[in-house]
Order: sequence, then C-alpha cells, then structure tokens
Amino acid sequence: MTAQASPEAAAIVRVRVPSPLRSYTGASEVAVAVPLLAPELPPTLGGVLASLDGAYPGLRFRIIDEQGHIRPHIRLFIGNTATRDVATPIVSGEWLMIVAALSGG
Amino acid sequence: MARAPVAARKAPARLTRILIATRKGLWTLASDIARNGWKLGGPQFLGHVLHHAIADPREPKLMLAAARTGHLGPTIFRSQDAGRTWKEAQKPPAFAHGSDRVVDHTFWLTPAHRDEPGVFYAGTSPQGLFRSADGGATWEGIEGFNAHPQRKTWCGGEQDGTPDGPKMHSILVDPRDPRHLYIGMSSGGVFESADGGADWHPLNRGVRADFLPDPAPEYGHDPHCVRFAGGNPDRLYQQNHCGIYRLDRPGETWQDIGAAMPKSVGSIGLPLVVHPNDPDSLWVFPMDGTTVWPRTSPGGRPAVYRSRDGGKSWKRQDQGLPRSQAWWTVKRQAMTSDARDPAGIYFGTTSGEVWGSRDEGRTFRCLARHLPEIYALECA
Repeated sequence: MTAQASPEAAAIVRVRVPSPLRSYTGASEVAVAVPLLAPELPPTLGGVLASLDGAYPGLRFRIIDEQGHIRPHIRLFIGNTATRDVATPIVSGEWLMIVAALSGG
Repeated sequence: MARAPVAARKAPARLTRILIATRKGLWTLASDIARNGWKLGGPQFLGHVLHHAIADPREPKLMLAAARTGHLGPTIFRSQDAGRTWKEAQKPPAFAHGSDRVVDHTFWLTPAHRDEPGVFYAGTSPQGLFRSADGGATWEGIEGFNAHPQRKTWCGGEQDGTPDGPKMHSILVDPRDPRHLYIGMSSGGVFESADGGADWHPLNRGVRADFLPDPAPEYGHDPHCVRFAGGNPDRLYQQNHCGIYRLDRPGETWQDIGAAMPKSVGSIGLPLVVHPNDPDSLWVFPMDGTTVWPRTSPGGRPAVYRSRDGGKSWKRQDQGLPRSQAWWTVKRQAMTSDARDPAGIYFGTTSGEVWGSRDEGRTFRCLARHLPEIYALECA
C-alpha cells in the first residue's frame, strides 16, 4: 500500500516493518510517499518517518522519542547501512528497514 | 486549610471487577455478587508491559491503560466500551521538545475530580506530570511541575530513583477541590499544589530519609504509596521507604505510625490500601528491607497488616496465605480494595498470583495464579 502525495512531487520509500509495529501497518512491508522539497533534494530519514506517521498515526512515537532520537532498542537500516541520524538522506526506491533489536526477558 | 469532611457512602452490592496490569499484558477478574466465584478473563495486550490500568468512576465504560513494550516507546490505550476494544491515544504523555527529558513509561493514572468529566492525570518515569482533558486521547505536560525551576533539585537524577527508574505516582485529587493536588515521587517526596499544579511545595516534614546525609531533609524522600484516608481527604497515609506515616491536615508534620509494627517484620513495604469509608482503617503489605533489600515477604511468610485505629496498632492477617517458602511481594500499585461492605481486599504478587479477601482481610484465598509479574490491581 502506498500512502499520500502525488508521484511527481514525492519519493517512494519502501519500509520493512517489524512485528511489534504491524498493529499499525497491518503488513510487514509498506511503501510511503515522501514529499520532495526540490527534485534534486532526496528526502531524509526524518521525512520518511513523518510520512509513515501520517499514514499510520502513532507509529513514529513508538520508535522516535520526543527529543527526536531513535529509541534505545530500535535500529534503522537504509539499504544495508545502519543509521541513528534522522538527517540521513534516502533516495526514491530505497528500503528502510525498522528492526526491533534483540533484547529479552 | 481545613476543609469539610466527605460524607461516607456505602456502595450498593454489585459485581466486582478487577483490572490486573502485568509485565506481559492485561487480565481481568470478575466476581459474582457474593464475591465467591471468580472468572479470569484475558489476556489483552499480550506481551505489552502494562504499568497501570484504571476504569473511570465517573464514566465506568471508559478505561485507560498505560503500556509500552520492550522495544517500543510508551503510550496510552483507551477503551470506551468497558475494555472490549481499545484505541491508542492520539498524543501520549511526552516531555516538551528541547527539555532533554524522555518519558520512559507512564507509571500512574488518576481520574480527576468528579466535576471534571474526561479529565485525567498521569505520572511518568522519570518524574513528570501530565493532564488529559479529553478522556485520555491527548495529553499535555503540566509545566508548573515539569518545568519548575526546582524540579531537578527535588527529584535528583537517575541514580536517585528506584531500580526500575524514578517515578511519579500517587496523584491525589481532593474530592472537595479539583485544584488541590498531591503527588508522590520516588524519589523526591510528597508535594502539594493548591492551584491545579501551577506551583508545588514539599510536604515531607517528619518523614525519615535515612539514605541521605541529612536524615530529615525538606525533599528527596522516597514515598512508595500515598492515599487519602477513606472518607476523609484531610488525612493522608503513606507507605515510605523508611516506614509508615499519617498526616492530618492542616498539619504539615507526618506522624510515624510504622513504629508500632512488629520489629521482626518491620515497617517497609510498597503498597498501602485504605478502607473505603473508615478513615482509621488501612492495610499494608510488609517486605524485607534489610541488608541488600531482598524485597520479598519477610521470612518467606507473606502477611497483610491492618490497623483499625489510624496506625496506633497493627494486626497480622495471614489466614489462607502460604505459611512458609513464599518469597513474593506486592508492588505499590498491586493492592486495592473494593467499595463493598465488608470491604474486599485484593493484592497481586510478583509471582503472578492474585489473592483476595471478602471480609476485610480476615481470610484470603488465591483467585488466580500463573500470571506474569503483577504491576497493578484496580477495582473497576
């Protein structure tokens, strides 16, 4: 399912969703349309998460705290590269993978 | 200031329903009129950490549950059909952006005054105070506390909190005045506001803090659970890290009522429960607070202690409870009473059992077992 925005003004980012968040998305993979400020400027991770929250309200706060930081047990990968910086760019067509890190008890 | 007492009201007989918030989800116990047969329901939110779940006494079909998971951040779920279905809050409690503080979990939920339908308070870990005016759908910080210039001095840092994180709890709303509030903080102490939370002052005189260099400071104490006396909001009881106390307003000095507990048991515990309409009756559940603080029932022999005279004397109540080798304890939100006559007393254990008494603690029996660690019990 792709959420919101017209194709010419948005980048499409595909997102892999871990099981703890599927109550929001209803699916293990979703695609979000992220509005572009300008054609040459790719969206950032923060923009993708904002679009994801627009499509699935409440999801962002479960993985990003109120100070804008990624929560301790959440890992985010763009392609195969891990990042904890919400300013990291994502190009259209790339995968964002949200991982609920291994932790038990 | 002294206020008029609240008339005691005897509740009519009705079904008793208990909300059981656990480390792994929410269960319910429902009784018949006689409180003899009990039926366990659930789980809901399986795998979620539920620190508290309450029903709104002003609108009993409205329920709130404070949840997080091991991985995900904290949120609030709301039910408008007595717990059949739940919907997430649109804006859960969160500190102001730029404050450098992050809500780890919502620990305590309190319905506001009966004349303020839909208003609730939430206390968080670390210590933060939040208010909802729309039945728990959206929450705003009470900046009179959260941004108070003294807050950090009152609460200390992470190292001053409990092993499970510093907490705000025991949010009490004066039934005669919606703007008159009390809060308890571990650590921080008991504080009072006369203006709906715009400002606060400490209220800890007489309470020991023997873990601090100054054993009688103005703040920095560790109250575990604070309650209004049944039918008399001019009296407060407190189970503290350093004993059991009573405060009769407008006085400002707490009286040590734990000194009358048996020395072999001590006066350390987490929960405290009051009788629904007898201001002299209260119950505590002592735990072992010696050496490294095992936080088990003393000697592996769990018991409730009841006072019927405002804490001047205590009586052990353990009929029906295990006689030996029972090393559980009861967390601060995991003990409650119903509003029936005689009052029912219920507690949930760290080992996942619910015990109940329908005769004010004279006899107990196990109502449920094999649940996850129990964090909170509330009668709905």
